[in-house]
Amino acid sequence: MRYSIFQILGQALKGNRGWKPVWREPEPKAEYDIVIVGGGGHGLATAYYLAKNYGLTNIAVVERGYIGSGNIGRNTTIIRSNYGEPGNIPFYEWSLKLWEGLEQDINYNAMVSQRGVLNLVHSDAQRDAAARRGNAMRLHGVDAELLDTAAVRAMVPGLNFDSARFPIHGGLLQRRGGTVRHDAVAWGYARAADSLGVDILQHCEVTGIRVTNGRAVGVDTAKGYIKARKIALACAGRSSQVAAMAGLRLPIETHVLQAFVSEGIKPLIDHVVTFGAGHFYISQSDKGGLVFGGNIDGYNSYAQRGNLPVIEEVMEEAIAMFPGLGRLRVLRHWGGVMDMSMDGSPIIDKTPIDGLYLNCGWCIGGFKATPASGWCFSHLIAEDKPHPAAAAMRLDRFASGRLINESGGGNQPNHH
Amino acid sequence: MRLPCPHCGERDSGEFAYYGDATLKRPDGLGPDEMEAFVDYAYRRDNPAGPHRELWYHAAGCRSWIVVARDTRTHEIFGAEPARSGASSAS
Repeated sequence: MRYSIFQILGQALKGNRGWKPVWREPEPKAEYDIVIVGGGGHGLATAYYLAKNYGLTNIAVVERGYIGSGNIGRNTTIIRSNYGEPGNIPFYEWSLKLWEGLEQDINYNAMVSQRGVLNLVHSDAQRDAAARRGNAMRLHGVDAELLDTAAVRAMVPGLNFDSARFPIHGGLLQRRGGTVRHDAVAWGYARAADSLGVDILQHCEVTGIRVTNGRAVGVDTAKGYIKARKIALACAGRSSQVAAMAGLRLPIETHVLQAFVSEGIKPLIDHVVTFGAGHFYISQSDKGGLVFGGNIDGYNSYAQRGNLPVIEEVMEEAIAMFPGLGRLRVLRHWGGVMDMSMDGSPIIDKTPIDGLYLNCGWCIGGFKATPASGWCFSHLIAEDKPHPAAAAMRLDRFASGRLINESGGGNQPNHH
Repeated sequence: MRLPCPHCGERDSGEFAYYGDATLKRPDGLGPDEMEAFVDYAYRRDNPAGPHRELWYHAAGCRSWIVVARDTRTHEIFGAEPARSGASSAS
């Protein structure tokens, strides 16, 4: 069923009683060409691009919960490609380009809003770093503008410009960055993949991966054994456990990241704005709620909920940046569990086991990567060689020293 | 989350800094296959969903390293002991 303005008008006249479920709920077949473990954004996008780009449709996406229950529905919906490392910039820019054409491609309103992402700077050194990153982006053909204080003041008048501690000296702006309605990304990819013949198997937890003679041959699930010619893991947050079923030990720790939504208010923040003196990002949803978050809690956790010290820190950052938010009430907050890789960058690669492919380690930045992750992972699975845009995201880079380390820190799993 | 410091009693987790898995053992650097052992030590983790022995530093308290046993699924704390007592392979 293709969506169009005529269909919406027709449904309106019929009291909207004619809408049908947009994907099937099939029983598992005994065997598939490809089984994708994880029905999040990345898994669904992988299935869709395998079907669309390579004509492979004998595919199952197996999901432990329901579509949209994991990190695809737990993030702060930001898309951007303002990275600074050679292995990252082309990948995230390709992702942003795919976002720009996504709604037409999958015929689904994902509310892609290129409202601009503004990174504030609060010191001379930070402005130098922003200029360097902006130049790196522009050398790769990505849009970046370095703004002075007056330009930032015109864009976001509510900021605390003259704070004695964190004065705002300007910002690095990527106008093509913005937000996307995250649930719609899951639903849109699920619908598009399903319409091409992909089976989406919800409430179908993988309990084992069978390996015979060094080759992955199938998965045990809550709905029985499913044979597969290729198995692709896209289950960030749980990657370590699922990979361990095949005997792999990953360079990942799982940490909890919290996010917050305030009560709805009139339009106040038109862009995505990030605080340079801490780790904080904020935007305003179309319903009026402010959507914001900060850093991970910083300890291993699968709990999908965090603790008060980080909540307190995030609120302090919000008030330091926007003093006018002091009377605003937080409506909801939640946590998601993140694959924190040891250099802050993801892994899209083959594994030492034939027929087993790995997509993991997205840290706190997986949402914006959803389309390119699916695109490049599907290329890897179909062609058995890495996509050029993701060629640096190798599993063996930790042993070979070719890390992709945006923050320039050591082997700690608390980068992003 | 509150951590039971063996010296200070139960304290808010905000007073502590986290250093991760306490069961890792640093290779001595002299063996023939030490490269792989160092990659394991520096990068690869068991990352269990369940009980986890982990190093915390009581930065805003007694400034000692402790080993906490904690369930990563529920944040339930089973106990804590000083790292120097031999509770950590890293000490």
